[in-house]
Amino acid sequence: MTARMLRVAEVTPLSPLVTRFRFECPEGGTLPLFSGGAHVVVEMPDGATLRRNAYSLISDPLDGSGYEIAVRREDAGRGGSRFMHTHVAVGDLLRVGAPVNLFALDLRAKKHVLIAGGIGITPFLAQLRQLTRLQMPFELHYCARSRAEAAGLSLLPDLPQVHAHISDEGDRLDIGAVLAGQPLGTHVYTCGPEGLIEAVAGTATRLNWPKAALHSEAFLSPPPGAAFKVTLARSGITITVGPHQSLLEAMEEAQVDAPWLCRGGACGQCETAVLSCKGRIEHHDHWLSDAEKAAQQKIMPCVSRFQGEDLTLDR
Amino acid sequence: MTMRFNDETFRDDYTFHNSPAAIRRFPFPFDQDSYMYSVNIEPHRRGAAGSVFQHRFDVDEHYVAEMRDREITLRDDPLRCQSLPHMELAGWDFLELVMVSKAEDYPELFELHRDGDRWHWINRPLGIEQRFIFLDATSLPCGPMEYITRQTQGDHALLDQREGNLWMDAGMVTSQADWSLDFDIGMNFFEWHAPVPKAHELGVFQRALKFLLSLQQGAPVRRLNWTMTVNPRLDTSPENYHKWGPEKRTLTAGNVGAKQYLRVELQTLWRMPRSNAVAFPIRCYLLALEDLVTVPKWGRRLHRVLRDLPDELAEYKGFAVNRPLIVDYLSRFDDCAPTSAGIFPDD
Repeated sequence: MTARMLRVAEVTPLSPLVTRFRFECPEGGTLPLFSGGAHVVVEMPDGATLRRNAYSLISDPLDGSGYEIAVRREDAGRGGSRFMHTHVAVGDLLRVGAPVNLFALDLRAKKHVLIAGGIGITPFLAQLRQLTRLQMPFELHYCARSRAEAAGLSLLPDLPQVHAHISDEGDRLDIGAVLAGQPLGTHVYTCGPEGLIEAVAGTATRLNWPKAALHSEAFLSPPPGAAFKVTLARSGITITVGPHQSLLEAMEEAQVDAPWLCRGGACGQCETAVLSCKGRIEHHDHWLSDAEKAAQQKIMPCVSRFQGEDLTLDR
Repeated sequence: MTMRFNDETFRDDYTFHNSPAAIRRFPFPFDQDSYMYSVNIEPHRRGAAGSVFQHRFDVDEHYVAEMRDREITLRDDPLRCQSLPHMELAGWDFLELVMVSKAEDYPELFELHRDGDRWHWINRPLGIEQRFIFLDATSLPCGPMEYITRQTQGDHALLDQREGNLWMDAGMVTSQADWSLDFDIGMNFFEWHAPVPKAHELGVFQRALKFLLSLQQGAPVRRLNWTMTVNPRLDTSPENYHKWGPEKRTLTAGNVGAKQYLRVELQTLWRMPRSNAVAFPIRCYLLALEDLVTVPKWGRRLHRVLRDLPDELAEYKGFAVNRPLIVDYLSRFDDCAPTSAGIFPDD
């Protein structure tokens, strides 16, 4: 991974739970530009544990003076977001990976419809700037429970094609109405909770949208669960994955080299062969097909877990 | 360092020639005495001074003549350069990559001055000076990809990434080993590789695609590919097969050393920033067998590789008809001595 050490230049609370962090080069240089929808992996040295979380870039893709991310504090999570909120201050140095885009705009589209739920607004903040710069038609729908929780509101441009839907105020997004009236060649992008992604996909399918015009990104962080043991055949060791640790993190802690890119079950890089499995793999990824998941011969260590007697992997 | 550019042709009278220095720096593609497909991809790191790996985009003694040859090919067939409408941003990314790299790597040949979006480009070997507005296509005489690839040796494909695949949606292709951009434009990675024998069964393309989809900015990679060409012709395209195909039949025991060329492609792959597209320059190097055997290790090894190559690969690469002549010629330079590992000459 090509990562570089960056200085925290600004820490700005956007809502009670969401804080924006701005990173800049310590020596003042410029950072590589990126495309809207890209994420970076931020490394957090938390005592003896090195945490790595992926965050969408929310700043202008064509501005290399800094990178900005918005972090929602998840107190029930594995500790990465809590670390960002409680330990990181202006002036700190953190290692940040190169931008990677697994949720890019399809530039063939005649129009782009962006649908965000909650913190799922983040990739769209950069895409909005890209679309504006490229002068491409778009509309954005941002759904949040309450105005206080809607951290993205202050970051959205005041444009007629930008719509906020605050459910507390009785304004719920009517997905059917949004999708029904779109011109041919429109692409729709959804980022947010699983339920929102499924609702958009279901509605689009009913309206006969082509599959290739639907894009989504679930902001998937490794779910916690019961601790479990895994045998790594090539390394010749058995490791224990803690309740708030991912299998990938446990392998890294044991100095076992495993490739990764998104750490969120989407990119496929960490795919690992299962040599034997007595029990049930809890697949949480978006990479393996349903048939592959059922076969239990592959696992995505970044998000998936295991329950049972024995799991042996080719690592 | 001042570079001298050859006055030479890649068609008709074929005056193309390699200087002794160009022979020594030829990217010989075989690191052992046999060949089979593999995902032979390595980081595109800066190589030894003088080698073709020294700079991000190698500029050599053939530069000016190659660009002249490209102009002729494009004049006869403008469809050798195509860019689907959504690829303009990728074209700008590529223009930036080439201009920045060349200006840094060859300051005596190229200069780039940037003041925000106002750019000023000087290309001394081709006598070009251009002021333009970055990201404003109306400020250049043609689209950004066409503009820069008319000044950059090698063919260039720009690959869009979507739906977990790469799509050949733009390119400048005038020095190709028998494939057609006009045919492949809009195809995905598996579709444009469909004619390659054996590699699909080996799972080579599945693995290569997975690798390329995760290619990162600032971490370009490279591989070498090869074939055999009779006469130093850059434009060995399907469109012009009627011109170069029959030349394969002009090979004799007396002229094979001079007329038969090993053709090597230095392929590099770059993730680009604004468009998230992958740039795929394919740089062609030609070396006559009689020049190649002046490096004893290469003469020995090429003999063994071509002698033992599976028939379908010789067929696919288009030299099965001449293989006996070529192997017979090369056998005279193979004393059965062992060869050292790696691609570089021994001394």
